[in-house]
Amino acid sequence: MDFSFSVEQESLRNRWKRFVDEEVRPRAAEADKNHRLDPELIKMAQELGLFGTFYPREYGGAGLGFVGLCLMLEELARGCGSFALMFAAHQGIGAMGIYLEGTAEQKKKYLVPLVKGEKISACAVTEPDSGSDITNLKTRADFQGDHFVINGTKRFITNGDIADIIVMFASTGKDKSGRSRMTSFILEKDFPGFSVRKIEDKMGITASGTAELVFNNMIVPAENVLGKVGEGYKVARKTLELGGRVTLGAMCLGAAKELIDLSLAHAKKRVQFGKPIQNFQTVQGMLGEMATRTFAMESVVYRVARLLDRGEPSTMEAAICKLFSSEAIDVIAELAMRIHGGTGCLAEYPIERFYRDARINRLYEGTSEIQKIIIAASLIKKGVY
Amino acid sequence: MNFELNKDLLFLKEMIRDLMLEKVAARAAEIDATDEFPWDIKEVLAEHEIMAMPFAEEYGGTGGKLLPLVIALEEIAKVSGSVAMILGAQCFGSAAISMAGTENQKQRFLPGLASGEKLCAFALTEPNAGSDPAAIQSTAVCQGDKYVLNGTKRLITQGNLADVLTVFAKTVNEKSGDQKLSCFLVEKGTPGLNVRSLEEKIGLKGSPAAELFFDNMQVPAENLVGAEGAGLSIAVQVLEKMLPVAAAQGLGLAQGALDFAVQYARDRVQFGQPIGKFQAIQLMLADMEIKTQAARYLVYVAADKYDRKAHDRSKFLAMAKALATDVAVEVSDRAIQVLGGYGYIKDYPVERMYRDAKIQQMFISTNEIQRIVIARDLLGRDF
Repeated sequence: MDFSFSVEQESLRNRWKRFVDEEVRPRAAEADKNHRLDPELIKMAQELGLFGTFYPREYGGAGLGFVGLCLMLEELARGCGSFALMFAAHQGIGAMGIYLEGTAEQKKKYLVPLVKGEKISACAVTEPDSGSDITNLKTRADFQGDHFVINGTKRFITNGDIADIIVMFASTGKDKSGRSRMTSFILEKDFPGFSVRKIEDKMGITASGTAELVFNNMIVPAENVLGKVGEGYKVARKTLELGGRVTLGAMCLGAAKELIDLSLAHAKKRVQFGKPIQNFQTVQGMLGEMATRTFAMESVVYRVARLLDRGEPSTMEAAICKLFSSEAIDVIAELAMRIHGGTGCLAEYPIERFYRDARINRLYEGTSEIQKIIIAASLIKKGVY
Repeated sequence: MNFELNKDLLFLKEMIRDLMLEKVAARAAEIDATDEFPWDIKEVLAEHEIMAMPFAEEYGGTGGKLLPLVIALEEIAKVSGSVAMILGAQCFGSAAISMAGTENQKQRFLPGLASGEKLCAFALTEPNAGSDPAAIQSTAVCQGDKYVLNGTKRLITQGNLADVLTVFAKTVNEKSGDQKLSCFLVEKGTPGLNVRSLEEKIGLKGSPAAELFFDNMQVPAENLVGAEGAGLSIAVQVLEKMLPVAAAQGLGLAQGALDFAVQYARDRVQFGQPIGKFQAIQLMLADMEIKTQAARYLVYVAADKYDRKAHDRSKFLAMAKALATDVAVEVSDRAIQVLGGYGYIKDYPVERMYRDAKIQQMFISTNEIQRIVIARDLLGRDF
């Protein structure tokens, strides 16, 4: 098994690292405080091609696959979690459904501008009453001749406030057993009947807009159905499994490495009881824990990314990646706080922002509890490990 | 052996619980959002003699015992960690006077603090002296009938609001040349006492943490607490007394988060039933309850041992602080998990409790220091 990166991958990583050092990290505290990313930064990202890393060159992307996307997200997350998340939501889940299930026309019309960064995307599944349980969506799409009329509310939609294109899931009637049939749609924000009701005030990733979207008799042309009518669940599952989970792991990994570096610098500089605190076993024990989890996280993220790039089945593996990474980053952020003591709680230092940002990972893209159920279901189906 | 609270303590608990629901619950989110000290709530605490709890009766207090104090703090912190800090700080800033002050100092300062009319603060921590108070760099030089203080203090709870501050600085013994910590009472408005900045913190918002700067600050010699050079011993005693205070605040945060999670698990429906019906949620709730109850009894035992001056109290105070504040983080973390995405947004209180709890782990002295105290106790003083 090969865990090394190619010369091209390493050189791209260095390029992203430089961008983060020069432009992203210095803006992170302000973005957190203002609940807003600097538009200048988004423009720079467009010029650098950060919106299309994963996607094949034929759509205007860099063709770097999941490994490349993860490398980029890892580096971005070292600087600013909210900024990295914009790309994870855009490349990982927003555009992914169109790439996986879109027709040639849909790809040309929607995927290409997304990959080029001319437009930003979001993926809208969650509803106020439908979080872990996506089988019972209340948002309805009624077919009327050559178009659908959509009514409903989506909540906790990352990029929902800035997205031009939204892949959205709605109920289109019921099947014979009475279960709602889900269908996915490609929406443009300018379709009449669409509005952003509010932006959530969150504990962390504050500069990433988490929006509540309202569809009030929104008219959507029939040609904007993504995949087949009634097969929305499959689109959602594939999107989340492929693009949602490993990208989240990559962001956790970047944050973990940054937290270790910040903690190392502090432990070296901070003197108590006459010596740098890095000399105390208490602190060494924490650093040891942090590094061990980070190493394991790095291994699982890139192993799963390679699996996905090879197109191998990876339901359980992607869930393991998501579960492990999200749990690990919370432990790592907690230990970084402890190493920093009281100063770790102050907004003057980046640690508390990373700590607040870290906590989202066990909640979105399927909670830890849901990941465990997915893993167990895969195991039970196979009957052996 | 009886582990139940007696009638008086139960009455106190219920009184404060009702008062908090009536007066504080509706303000808690706002205090967090605005990060402003809630003067109106301070008045509520004063009016109901809650601010008097850390003080002896002869100085206008209600007794000064820790067991009732931790019970009160738990009930307050259940609703607002920031409001609990007002009472915590009143204990913190006044403890040196109660323990080591002269009769004159007690008469001058304690009644105003017990009535809640005045506020106080404990000023020990410095940029380079957190866990290690021996590393304090602030100096106090005796000049006739006064001391001149210079230095910087950091993370001083209510340092900007206090009418009287308990300040620790190094004094030099003229004969031996030894540098030792001494403790001083510094009144608001003393020339040379400057508030340099207020820290923005992850939580406990509305409970200000100030950076103070002493620039040739002149303090009358009569404001020296205890003997010159007795500062370290006073600081250690105050910090020890404060451990159950921090612990009780952690306990309250844990109980508040648990209560909210239980209610949410009853109400929130997914997959056709309330999520409280799912084992994954039940396991979390059960763990939260186990840990919170265990923490509660350890906090009670520690406070009671302190009140009875039990010989083994130090270890119990450290254990109670470490357990209860660690449990606060863990239980509020699980509460967020029970709420899912809703746990992460400010429409619900659990993310605030999680942020507040984090600071309690570091408050007074870090939980790493508690563990070292516990281990030293186990290994024996002569080890």
